[in-house]
Parts: sequence; C-alpha cells; structure tokens
Amino acid sequence: MEKFLIEIFNLLTLAAVLSFPFLKIKWRGIVALGVLSTQVIVASTVAFSVFTKGLAAYSYAGSWVTGEIPVRIDYLSAWFILLISFTFLTGAWYGFHYMKKYKDQSANLTMHAVALMMAYTALIDICIVQNGFAMLVIWEIMAISSFIIVIFEHQKKETLKAGIYYLVQSHVGILFLTLGFLWVKVKTGSFDFEAISIFTASQPALTGIGLFLCFFIGFGIKAGFVPFHTWLPQAHPAAPAHVSGIMSGVIIKIGIYGILRMLLLIRTDMMTLGYFMVTISVITGVYGVMLAIVQHNFKKLLAYHSIENIGIIGIGIGLGCLGLGAGHTILAICGFGGALLHTVNHSLFKSLLFYCSGNIYQATHTMDIERLGGLIKKMPHTAYLFLLGALAICGLPPFNGFVSEFFIYSGLFKGISTSENVIPILFLLFAVIGLALIGGLALICFTKVFGIIFLGTPRDSTIEVTTQEKPLSYIPLYFTGLLIVLIGVVPLLLAPYLVDTIQLFIPVLNFSGSMELERILDTLTSVGWYSMGFIVLTAVLFGIRHQMVSSRENLEDTTWGCGYTGDTGKMQYTASSFVRSYRKLVEPMLLIRKEKSESSGIYPTNLNQVTHPGDKLEMWLIDKPLFFLRKILNSFAFLQNGQIQAYILYGILFVGLTILFPIILDKINILIQFLNQL
Amino acid sequence: MGIVVRTKSITSGRKGPGLFQPLKDVLRLLRKGSVYSKTTSFIFRIAPTVYLSSVLMAILMIPHGSTPGFISFDGDFVMFAYILSLGKFLMIVSALDTGSSFEGMGASREALFSMLVEPAFFILIGSFVLFTGHTSFESIFSLLHFGSNVSYMLGIMATIVLVLIAMVENSRMPFDDPNTHLELTMVHEVMILDNSGFDLGLITYTTYLKFAMYGALIANLFIGKLSLAYSIPIFFAIQVGFAISVGLIESFRARFRMGHNPQYIFILSSVAMLIFFGILLLTGKFI
Repeated sequence: MEKFLIEIFNLLTLAAVLSFPFLKIKWRGIVALGVLSTQVIVASTVAFSVFTKGLAAYSYAGSWVTGEIPVRIDYLSAWFILLISFTFLTGAWYGFHYMKKYKDQSANLTMHAVALMMAYTALIDICIVQNGFAMLVIWEIMAISSFIIVIFEHQKKETLKAGIYYLVQSHVGILFLTLGFLWVKVKTGSFDFEAISIFTASQPALTGIGLFLCFFIGFGIKAGFVPFHTWLPQAHPAAPAHVSGIMSGVIIKIGIYGILRMLLLIRTDMMTLGYFMVTISVITGVYGVMLAIVQHNFKKLLAYHSIENIGIIGIGIGLGCLGLGAGHTILAICGFGGALLHTVNHSLFKSLLFYCSGNIYQATHTMDIERLGGLIKKMPHTAYLFLLGALAICGLPPFNGFVSEFFIYSGLFKGISTSENVIPILFLLFAVIGLALIGGLALICFTKVFGIIFLGTPRDSTIEVTTQEKPLSYIPLYFTGLLIVLIGVVPLLLAPYLVDTIQLFIPVLNFSGSMELERILDTLTSVGWYSMGFIVLTAVLFGIRHQMVSSRENLEDTTWGCGYTGDTGKMQYTASSFVRSYRKLVEPMLLIRKEKSESSGIYPTNLNQVTHPGDKLEMWLIDKPLFFLRKILNSFAFLQNGQIQAYILYGILFVGLTILFPIILDKINILIQFLNQL
Repeated sequence: MGIVVRTKSITSGRKGPGLFQPLKDVLRLLRKGSVYSKTTSFIFRIAPTVYLSSVLMAILMIPHGSTPGFISFDGDFVMFAYILSLGKFLMIVSALDTGSSFEGMGASREALFSMLVEPAFFILIGSFVLFTGHTSFESIFSLLHFGSNVSYMLGIMATIVLVLIAMVENSRMPFDDPNTHLELTMVHEVMILDNSGFDLGLITYTTYLKFAMYGALIANLFIGKLSLAYSIPIFFAIQVGFAISVGLIESFRARFRMGHNPQYIFILSSVAMLIFFGILLLTGKFI
C-alpha cells in the first residue's frame, strides 16, 4: 500500500515535468499547483497510515553499487513528511499568487515550477530512503533544485551570487555526508543505514562520536548551526518570498531530520554528544538572534532568526541526548519532544513571517525596514498576521512557540532538580540562561520589526504602497495562522503523533517513564487552559473597556510632540535608533562597520550615518581563509592562460596520469618486492 | 504604592498625599474620556487591556506559602515570566504605534532592560529549583526553608535580587524616574505619553498591581509552611516593608545614567549566579 502510494507520488512529478512542454504557459502553473497539492495529499495519507498502522518497510533490489535500497517509513519520517507537506502546500498556494507578478518571464517560471516539484519530491524521498548512496543522490537533486528555486531572479547579480554561495556550501555539506557514508561502507560493506548502528555498536565510543561529527557537519550546514550558518542570511533575501518560507520552514529542517536520524542510529556515548549539542546550540541561538537585531533588511533578519530557532531545536536535541546518556527518561522526553514540536512550530510561524514579508515586498518594493512605516493602515491583513507570527516566534503565550519552548524549559528545570553531578547541572543552567536570553533578544527584535514596519507613519515619502491585498495573498497565511493559535491553545493537538515519535528515541519506555509522559502532557494541557483563560480574560476586559470608552467623549488629535504639532514622519524613531543602546552594548562582539559624517559649523547641513552589520564569524572562518587561499592559488594563475591548446594538453596529461598511475604503482611494488628478496 | 509615595515625601520632609491617593487617581482616570493620536491603530487601543490581563493572569499563579495559587502546574514560573513578556511586547509596540520619538526612546529602553533582567530571574528560579528539587511556584515556596547560617545569607541575597528585579520591571528610581519633568530621561512613563483616560487608568493600575505582585513573591520567600493565621499578617508586613524600602531607596538614590543601567542589571545576573553556586555548595553537589 505505502509502496504503491510512494511510487504514485514520485511518478506524479515525473509525469508533470514531462507534460510541461506540451502545455500552454497559462496551464503550467495550474498543473504544477494541482500536482503539488495531490502529492501533498498522497504523502499525508502515507504519513497518517504509518501513524495508525506502524512502521512501513519495503525495499528495491538496487544495483551492485548501491546494494539493496531499503525504504522504511517510521514515525520520525512520517512526522517530517507531514511538516514538509504542510509548508509546501501553503507555500505553493501562496507562491502561485506571488508569481503572478512575473507573468511575462514564462521560461523562467516553468523552470521554477519544475524545480519546486523536484525539491518537494526529493525532500519527501530523503525522509524515507534508508540507503546512504541513494540518499546522497536524492540529496544532490534536492540541493540543485533548491538552488534553482532560489535564483529565480537570476538577472540580479546579488541573487546569483547568493545562489552560488548556497550551492557551494551545500556541496561542502554533501562532501562530509559522503565521507560519513563511505566510512561505514568501507568498514561494513553496506550503505544500509542499519549498518551504521551495527558498526558503531562494535566500535569504541570515540569512533561513534567521530562519525556523528562527520554527519553533524554535513547536516549542520543544511540546518544552519553556527559556524555553518553563513549561507542562510545570503540565500533567504535573494529568494522569492514563498521559497524563503519553504527554505526556512522545511529545507533547513531536513538537516535537523538528518541529525535526529543519525542519533537514532549511532550507538555511542550520548552524554558527550549531549554536551556538544547543548553548547553549540546555545551559541547558535544567541549568536543568531544577536545578529538578527542589528539587521535592517527584514528578510535577512528573518534568516538570522531561523538560525536562532535552529539553536532552540538543538538545545532540545542536546537535552534529549543528555537524558538518554544519564538514563533520565523525563529529560529525553522533554528534550526530543520539545525539539520535534519546535521544528513544526518554527516551520509554521517562520513561513508565515516570510509570506508576510513577500506581501510587504510586493507592495513597497523595498526590504529596508528603515524606509517603511505605517503599513498597518494599508495592509491590515498582512499586519495582523505578521504580529501573530512575531508573537509566536518570540515564544510568547498563547501561541505555539511558547508550547515548545515551555516543553524544553520544563525538561531543563527537571534536569537541574534531579541531577546529582555538577557538570550536567552547569550545562543545563547554561542552556536555561541561553533560552532566557534568546527570548529577551527576540522580543527586542520583533518589537523593532513590527513597530517600525507597520506602525507610526511612513518614514520615506518616495515609497508608494501600490498593491491592494488580494484574498489569495493572505488566505494560505490565515490557514497557517489558525494552526499557530490552535497549537498554542490546544497543545495536545499533535500529542498522539508526538508521543509515537518520541518513543522511537527512548528504547524502553518503562512504566515510570510513561507516567512521566502522562504528567508532562497534563502540564501541557494546563498550559493550554491557561492560555485559553488568558484569551477569554483579555476579551472580557476589552469588552468592558469598549463599553466604558464608547460612552465617553473621545477625540482624535496628532501625537504629542513636545509642543510641535506638525505632521511629519521624519521625527519618528527608526530601526537603528531603536536598537542603538543595544548595539552599543554588543559592539565588541559583533562586527558593525559605521560610516559617519560629523557635524561641523554653526548650521550643519546634510549629516548621515550608515551602519553595515557584518558577521564576525563569517569573516574569521570564511573570508580570511579564502583570502589566503586566493593569495596562494594566484601564483598558479599562469596555468589559466586562455589558450584552448593548453587546456587540451592539461586534459591529456590528466588522463595519461590517471591511467599511468596504477601501472607505476605496480612497478614500484614489484621493485620493492625485488629489493626485499635481495 | 501609596506607601512608596508617602515614604518618599516623609523622608524629603513633606507631609505627602494620603495612602489611597494613587487608587483615587486611577478611579478618576477611568471616568475620563480619551484623546487618541491620528497615527495610532488598533494595537494602541488593545495594548493596555492585554497588559492588565497579562499581569492579572500572572498574579493568579502566585501562591501563598503552601497554599497554591489559583492556577498551578509544573514549570508555572516559565509561564509567569513569558506572560509578563507578552504584556510588555504589546506595550512596547503600542508606544511605537504613536510614531513619537519620545515614545520610541522609551520603548527601546524598556525592551533592552527587560531582556537583561530575564536571565537573572531564570537563574534565581533555577537555584530555587536546585535547592528544593521541585518545579512549580507552590512546591518551591512551601519547601523553601532556610536551615543553616549560610542559607540565610542566600535567602537575603535572593530577596535583594527580587527587589531589584521588581525595581527594574516597575521602572522605579535607580533605573528610571517616573516623576521627572524631562521625557528624555524616562523609561516606562515616556512610553505612555499619548495614552489618556480609561487606557491610562488601566496602565497605571496595572503598574501598581505588578508592584504588589513582586511584593507577594518576596513575601513568599519567608512564609514557607507557616499556618495562615501567622502567614497573612507576615504577608502584609512584608508588602509594607517592601514598599517602604523601595521608597527609601528611591529617596536616597539618584537615577543612573541611562548608559550605566545595563551594567547595573548585569550585577543582578551575577548575584543570581552567586546564589546558584552557593546552593550547589550547600546541597553538596559541587564536585
């Protein structure tokens, strides 16, 4: 049954792509949308049937290179299939509207649609295939197709540059993945994922950690863990809004999937992995949001927030590992549960925020926060949806972000209260401080974004808000928004699936363990009731207020300006001034270039100050080494002389060497043997 | 709140208004009509209400010694901190809604300071959790009893941290001067420049409630398992004591320079860290 459905799923893409040449331009978009929606239905059916009937497995014979290709769909796969499908559904519907602006670029649009379908298909296939070689091939398809959807506006130079940056980084990731799979293949002779657990179980713990590190770098580049995060803030602003939403919502999540999958397979010292994950995740989270605050390009800012949220998910995973290592069931439940739930939550609110940013971009044609203002009056739907997403991403109740952060927090505090040793306690405290800081920083960041973009009056009179909001530009968004509120108020909405998935990680959920699970779920229910109570109380109070206020005399007047009554937007606080005191505080840690012209004379004229927030880690880890590499490699520039004859010569030399090399090696061996015999 | 004002005026040699004057002010405000800025939107109108209801919900969670609050569950202190943040988020955004540069300034400061306070609160709670082995307000406070001399010292330190957190959160003197005539030097007060009438009443009332809430939290540190007959007088005594001490601090301290506030708040986190390590030592988990 599942096999049949999955094959249908893959064939649908193929059929759609093959039919494209015979379709009129107008129909291609609709067909792509239809096929994607059908695929989502098929994939979700598979996922739900796995949740009800349990693991589904079958295998293909494969060839002599790959070995047998097993396909196993367990709860973890099903969880991620649901998450990916939902975001792609909203993304495709929203993108359909978004792309209407580019109707005249038909070839480009077709390419985009094809790549989008390929990316979706590849993502789902990655979740279910359990053969290293096959996975690498699909991973490559995913990497390339996501590169194509990113560079939709490839006529812009920055877009292309960002796209290539992304492509290179994802291939560095693939390199590490290949290394990991080859390591296991060489040792055990199989690409099957199960070989990994057999291999690591028989080896000392250090091998397992090494293997995990290898996979972690590979998947971590996709997920955007610091210091592998540098592609995120470049690729997100370059991509069209729905693609940014999909990238941030699910493509980076496939990295998380990979890490979780490897944790399921690798048998090693979980404590060390836990310490490692917690440390790197707290750094990721705090660093991401610290940089996010100083950004003034809102898509870039959202990209840095993705890094922050990956950090939160990572803290959950680290906590889970610590729980497994120390044998604390409750920690493992809270950690993995929180991480899985936050993965879903993040994909919801982040895609919502990106879609909103798309609406803003199409209406104003700028991504600079400083130039916007007062949009709430012109785009009310977008504004309220953005507020919803902003509150959710700050982890505030009664929305979904809070539920998963609460899950992780309660695990951390439980760990602090029950641990016996000082080291885990300190690590847990570190994570608590990290999470608290992330929460506070996110608050600064989103009050800034929301306040400056949507509130006040326009800050730049040259920007005209052109488009009217059309239903298709916000209906998929409301759909996502509804889920955000629902998960916030009814946290147990996903609980049955979540519990199944958590149980994968905890090999034996004994009686006390399931008791703990019950208790955690009870707590989550009370969180939900509390949030509900909060909403009701607010509504009641607001009702009372409305009654009281409407009976009084109310006036409208200009904002109090210390005596100044003119109507100007120039006196408002801007994004830079909002974060100025923060920037002063963190300046030593970040790289912020400032260009400033000092005022002089009695009547100073034009003054200006420009700040360019940079990324210190990126400078140290990428720019500096690249600079040196280029310096060394430049001395070989004479090889690249532009003469075709020379290139052919290089080719012949290369081919000749590859053929000769084994022969020479053989001869040397014979020589050595001969010498030995003497 | 009245006590704070009274203490201040007495120490500065004046007679001062009656104890219930602040409440009378609120009632008067609630009866007035309002003026709204043309720049503002719906956010500006709903923010005060959300602010009030967030504080009310937070108060519902505060226990009284071993009697649990109206709502109590595992990890409720996380909820406590975050629901207050929600109110703050809306207030900050509503300040930006007016498009006034003064209010933007206040908003920026409020956001920064509350971010800095958050870790201190969580470290403090973390040390209580470590000390008692429980993870909800109610069980923490009912089990919190100070045995040896060292732990008394820790208790005092915890009180200091909580008092200071309360000062920051309620924008009291060393951080913020609500009574100054110059808008440039305020934090909280400048954010609500454009609120008037009913909304201003709500905000003022909420601020008082918040102040009392922190007082209650501090009182809980000392009540522990005492029976109600003892604990209720103690509760009120501590509330009054808290208000008087805040009044005293305000009278004898000048406001900090804005730029120095963050440094001062960092002290909070480090004192909280000290408490944490002290408790680690006490419980014998330190190596």
